[in-house]
Amino acid sequence: MTFTVRVEAQPFDVAREHARLSALGPGVGAVVLFTGQVRDEPLLLDHYPGMAERQIAARLAEACARWPLLGATIIHRFGPLAVGEGIVLVGTASAHRAAAFESASFLMDWLKTSAPFWKKAAGGWVEARASDELAAARWLETQEQLR
Amino acid sequence: MAVRLLYFAWVRERIGVADEEVPLEGPLPLAALVERLRARTPGHAHALGEPARLRAAINQEFADWNAEVHPGDEVALFPPVTGG
Repeated sequence: MTFTVRVEAQPFDVAREHARLSALGPGVGAVVLFTGQVRDEPLLLDHYPGMAERQIAARLAEACARWPLLGATIIHRFGPLAVGEGIVLVGTASAHRAAAFESASFLMDWLKTSAPFWKKAAGGWVEARASDELAAARWLETQEQLR
Repeated sequence: MAVRLLYFAWVRERIGVADEEVPLEGPLPLAALVERLRARTPGHAHALGEPARLRAAINQEFADWNAEVHPGDEVALFPPVTGG
C-alpha cells in the first residue's frame, strides 16, 4: 500500500501517477483518477505550507478508515497556473470500483473545504462557495447512515 | 513569551506582512487575540474587522474563536479556503 501526498509548484504527470497506482499489486482491480484544472482565466494559488500537507494527510487517513484502499495519491499545486493546467490530482486504487470512485469523490469534496489553499484571479481573491460546504457535509450524513 | 502569526490571501495583503510575532504572557481566547491585533495598524483593522469572513488555525489545525491560544503557538488567520 502506498499513500502519497504532495504539495508542489511543478506540473504533475497524469499518466505516470496512474501507472504508479495501477502497479501497486495484483489485488488492484480499479483505479480512479480525478484531476481539477484551471478554467476561464489564470490563477495564482496561495497556500499554507505544512498545514496543507497535514490536512490532506488527515483526509486521506479518514478515507482509508472508510474504504478498503490499496493506495492513493493526492497532489495539489500552488503558485501561478495558466488556463488548462492541472491544479489538483486525486487518485485511488482498490480491488473494486465503488471504493475507488467513492473515496476519490470524498477526498475531493473535503479538499475543497479543508485544505488551506486560496485562489486569486485577475478580479481578486475567489470567494468560497456554499455548495462546496454542502458537498463535503453530505459525507457526514453518509457516515451517520452507516452507523 | 510570544505567539507567531501567519496571514494568507487577502488577510496578508491588507495587513502588509506574511507573518509576525506578538507578545503573549498567558493563555488567551482566539477572539481576544484578534481584537488585540486589530488595534495594531489600520491594515490590521481592515483585515480583521469582520471575524465572520475569517477562518483560523492554531498549530495548523482549524480552530474556532473560543479556542485558547498559548504562548509559543502558531496562529494563522485567513479567508475561507478555496482550493481543489
